[in-house]
Amino acid sequence: MQFGIFSVGDVTPDPTTGRTPTERERIKAMVAIAQKAEEVGLDVFATGEHHNPPFVPSSPTTMLGYIAARTEKLVLSTSTTLITTNDPVKIAEDFAMLQHLADGRVDLMMGRGNTGPVYPWFGQDIRQGINLAIENYALLRRLWREDVVDWEGKFRTALQGFTSTPRPLDDVPPFVWHGSIRSPEIAEQAAFYGDGFFHNNIFWPADHTRQMVELYRERYAHYGHGTPEQAIVGLGGQVFMRKNSQDAVREFRPYFDNAPVYGHGPSLEDFTEQTPLTVGTPEQVIEKTLKFREYAGDYQRQLFLLDHAGLPLKTVLEQLDLLGEEVVPVLRKEFAVGRPAEVPDAPTHESLLKAARAAQEGVNVA
Amino acid sequence: MKLVVVSAGLSVPSSTRLLADRLAAATAGRSAAEAEVDVEVVELRDLAVEIAHNFTNGFPGRKLAAALAAVTAADGLIVVTPVFSASYSGLFKSFFDVIDPDALAGKPVLIAATGGSARHSLVLEHALRPLFSYLRAVVVPTAVYAASEDWGAEGLPERIERAAAELATLMTGLSTPATPVDAKRAGQAGQAKKDAFTVVPFAEQLAALAAR
Repeated sequence: MQFGIFSVGDVTPDPTTGRTPTERERIKAMVAIAQKAEEVGLDVFATGEHHNPPFVPSSPTTMLGYIAARTEKLVLSTSTTLITTNDPVKIAEDFAMLQHLADGRVDLMMGRGNTGPVYPWFGQDIRQGINLAIENYALLRRLWREDVVDWEGKFRTALQGFTSTPRPLDDVPPFVWHGSIRSPEIAEQAAFYGDGFFHNNIFWPADHTRQMVELYRERYAHYGHGTPEQAIVGLGGQVFMRKNSQDAVREFRPYFDNAPVYGHGPSLEDFTEQTPLTVGTPEQVIEKTLKFREYAGDYQRQLFLLDHAGLPLKTVLEQLDLLGEEVVPVLRKEFAVGRPAEVPDAPTHESLLKAARAAQEGVNVA
Repeated sequence: MKLVVVSAGLSVPSSTRLLADRLAAATAGRSAAEAEVDVEVVELRDLAVEIAHNFTNGFPGRKLAAALAAVTAADGLIVVTPVFSASYSGLFKSFFDVIDPDALAGKPVLIAATGGSARHSLVLEHALRPLFSYLRAVVVPTAVYAASEDWGAEGLPERIERAAAELATLMTGLSTPATPVDAKRAGQAGQAKKDAFTVVPFAEQLAALAAR
């Protein structure tokens, strides 16, 4: 099972000091956080993609390419890549390039985005959101799998004799996750292709996540990719830890109360009770995270949101120490207990390459 | 059959709730003998904080989720608001802002309001009726307004009876399974609601795009 972090990339004033980091500081902080993630033994770093203030990560492959050069093992991913408003041709090119630079340590998560004006800013119509996700992704798959593509669709100029370069590393396209909080169409899309399904699992009650994951698992089996238990599931989570539970609550409360998404709304206590947020000791985080399996089944990837709401870099790095030293080792051990042998790990470049070679040998033998 | 009453009265006791109860009793009394009417009252006052949090959180708390589910599953609705600043109250509107926009489609709804004087009675026609038309509900022709003076005057009981009769007829006509085929269909619709997610097979989604 993979453990990692995902960043929204918000530039938010620290409510306890009133200080707002510069964009440069925030971007460099994201890099430092990714490096620290590798150092403490995490597997994945994923960045969001946004095209409006107060967010900085508009250019994910630029950032991930830089992080790739400064890390050895970390898998670089996105949370999410906007399949609706990005040109699928550019996604195909950018992520294939990143694959080569990062020696295959790349996957990505498709999402539709949650900011309405991004659609018109990029020449698209939000009412076509689902259709854009479907058509653009169908083209993206072909660009990675066919050397020469002739294509015609509804939303993009036609392609005749087009070859997306560079070709994917070892002719193995990056593994793709589809992220959605509440659109069954996206769970269906992920299931159809046998891709991964990621539920952000942060802002909604567990019961909602359960329904979406169940739907995906059931449809994954329907399309013949394996049993429902073999479907590739990822979940988000959100934590703030200190050795002493009361210290964690006291320190995190001003950040929670002023956070961009849920600030000035529910109480920290209500939100902790109703959503997967955990504010407390590493033991409490372990206890709550292990419960995710009760409603999502045995899953493949757990990403935590740590660096948001104006938390200073120093604090985030301390969180990563706690996560890497005290939480993830226990989670790795506990999640392995009772995990059926047929439940696969999250696909990586190596595993996909091996599968592709095995399939090729099968063809050659035949 | 399930009748759900949404009352946005704020005081206790409330004349809005009083009107709501009168309308509910009259409707239950009108329904055909074989169709037992189960009445559930949703008091928005008790949900005010959760409704506000639904706006800031993006999801309903437990009590609000139960109320939204009850309204969505109802065979008929009675909705009653006090008149505030020439319209429905903000709390009343907020409840219908957080419900799924399709939840009321095709549902018989009786609209009613209370106010200090009769001068605001057209709020029912100019504010409530368009709101429920937007939500594609079937609003009964008679809307019931009760000013303070109406509680001591003639006419209110008759308007309550007329509106209740219209709602009871629509509830029977629109939602009682009349034939085995309809019963089966109604059962499926109920199942779909319960499952919350319905899936269009992906091949159909792809084909729909290719066809254009």
